[in-house]
Amino acid sequence: MLKKISKLPFSGTPEQEARLQAVIAECSGDKSLLMHVMQQAQGIYGYLPFEVQAIIADGMDIPLEHIYGVSTFYAQFALAPKGKYNVSVCLGTACYVKGAQDVLEKVMDELKIGSGECTSDGLFSIEACRCIGACGLAPVMMINDDVYGNLSPAQIPGILEKYRNN
Amino acid sequence: MAVKPLADTEFYKKQTRLALRNCGVIDPESIEEYFAVDGYQALAKALTQLTPEQVIQIMKDSGLRGRGGGGFPTGLKWSFTAANAADQKYVVCNADEGDPGAFMDRSVLEGDPHAIVEAMAICGYCTGATAGYIYVRAEYPIAVKRLEIAIDAAKKHQLLGKNIFGSGFDFELYIRLGAGAFVCGEETALMTSIEGNRGEPRPRPPYPAVKGLFGKPTTENNVETFANVPQIILHGAEPFAAMGTEKSKGSKVFALGGNINNTGLVEIPMGTRLREIIEEIGGGIPNGRKFKAVQTGGPSGGCIPTEHLDIEIDYDNLSAIGCMIGSGGMIVMDDSKCMVDIARFFLDFTVDESCGKCSPCRIGTKRMLEILDKIIAGNGTLEDVDKLEELAYHVKENSLCGLGQTAPNPVLATLRFFRHEYIAHVTEHKCPAGVCKALLSYNIDPEKCIGCTLCARVCPTGAINGTVKQPHVIDHDKCIKCGACETACKKVHAVYKA
Repeated sequence: MLKKISKLPFSGTPEQEARLQAVIAECSGDKSLLMHVMQQAQGIYGYLPFEVQAIIADGMDIPLEHIYGVSTFYAQFALAPKGKYNVSVCLGTACYVKGAQDVLEKVMDELKIGSGECTSDGLFSIEACRCIGACGLAPVMMINDDVYGNLSPAQIPGILEKYRNN
Repeated sequence: MAVKPLADTEFYKKQTRLALRNCGVIDPESIEEYFAVDGYQALAKALTQLTPEQVIQIMKDSGLRGRGGGGFPTGLKWSFTAANAADQKYVVCNADEGDPGAFMDRSVLEGDPHAIVEAMAICGYCTGATAGYIYVRAEYPIAVKRLEIAIDAAKKHQLLGKNIFGSGFDFELYIRLGAGAFVCGEETALMTSIEGNRGEPRPRPPYPAVKGLFGKPTTENNVETFANVPQIILHGAEPFAAMGTEKSKGSKVFALGGNINNTGLVEIPMGTRLREIIEEIGGGIPNGRKFKAVQTGGPSGGCIPTEHLDIEIDYDNLSAIGCMIGSGGMIVMDDSKCMVDIARFFLDFTVDESCGKCSPCRIGTKRMLEILDKIIAGNGTLEDVDKLEELAYHVKENSLCGLGQTAPNPVLATLRFFRHEYIAHVTEHKCPAGVCKALLSYNIDPEKCIGCTLCARVCPTGAINGTVKQPHVIDHDKCIKCGACETACKKVHAVYKA
């Protein structure tokens, strides 16, 4: 899987690092918990820049290249920051059959960015995601934790508008 | 008007709910409600009245086969792990439901998490494992939360931990979250992932029953398989074995979706005819469209066309026509779908999800996708179709794990039943269903056009010319085939695809 790697300078705070170190201290005895630590780290920083991967490498005593291997292998780990509102359009089979591709294209058209990208104001990002298991509501998209089902492209501008003004 | 009981509705009338028996019935966050439906009685029976060998024998007699896709007999699998002596053994529950279009495991985890906890403990007892891992997709946060609640409650009631039911049997359960990798549904890749690595599969042998998680003998089953276990132990093998066909016993949950009126989870006895699922339970195809095919088994499966609608669903019947039950995704497609496009959709998925460890899968699927792209773009030849088929067989035979071995199935199945669509793409440069954009053109029927100018006004590239009240014409050099004119012309339907 090709990953978009951020070129933005790292801007982690000491407070974020303290939270990550606490997670590492809890897990450093068991190397099989690496993915758990990385998931927590992504929760803290929003994504996994190299600087964060290096902190994990030191704390868990695992080579950085192994961590880089894991972070690029799994779809969930992001190497570039996401928008304040991450729009994930499900491209599972049921959604695809019911027109998810048109929904995705409409979202890209509205936000003027491609899949996997983030708007310049940092408000929105788009991803074409794997089946979220809501096939009965196909086609489905999620904006952060809100689920929208039975979509048609015509509904997209109205839905996005709600987040623009927040 | 009187409200019909659920069991009388068309959707539920033909269903037999075993794996889903408690979903939507009990509060999944209350262990007391699970107790009220015979919860943990099967574990008590196994630990206090049965030897591990007897439990395995019941599982063998029931005829339960793995519900994750492989269809391997569960009792036999358990006996392999039981036969290997080791200082530590594991039970693993595969809840990494990555198949697009399947959501039965999510429903069981969210609706009946204790059944999985109980079944894993029973499996641990008879295989000699004292620890278990549940590997859940991170995309299912509610399932994770309910499992955590269930495990905590089970521990509080001493149904997990040391000396369960005073039998001397110890069992601990841990949850691990996946991070979005389809290949981790393959058992060896899943174990590699639990160990904290890239989820790449390992060559077999050694099989997991000999050398699995952390190098120890391991039994791995999927959620739906485990969900059937407590009932089988509690009521004996006979009621379960009495259901289904000769070689496929019990019931199977399917996730019915796509172009069908009633969508949702459908649990039916093995051997039910596909037609009953589509026409009676599913309520047929909406929008006056015609049935074209059912896709089963996700990216590893195939499609079943109209002529096989009367097939009796079981493992062997489906594999005989190049399909598979898989984890139970069942996506219905109407006649507006292009089967070449569907094959491309699945291949695009497997190319993206191939872990890259073995070259037949990593390179082979990519080359297959390139050929499909060429066909869809209208540049394919008959030789390309043959090459695609030959390559598909190579990938199938030479890949390391289940992902690669089954990745060509959507292509092979569509070639088998819808070869004429491939031929139409390469010889006539036409997409019969009108899906592949490069192969269609929009035209205006001069007989029908009333010259209202609606189409010309919505056209984003100014490709439509004509004067008011005169038939309009589309300039094919400028047209980007967006279809806006077709949508706009709803009064007289003069715009058509060809």
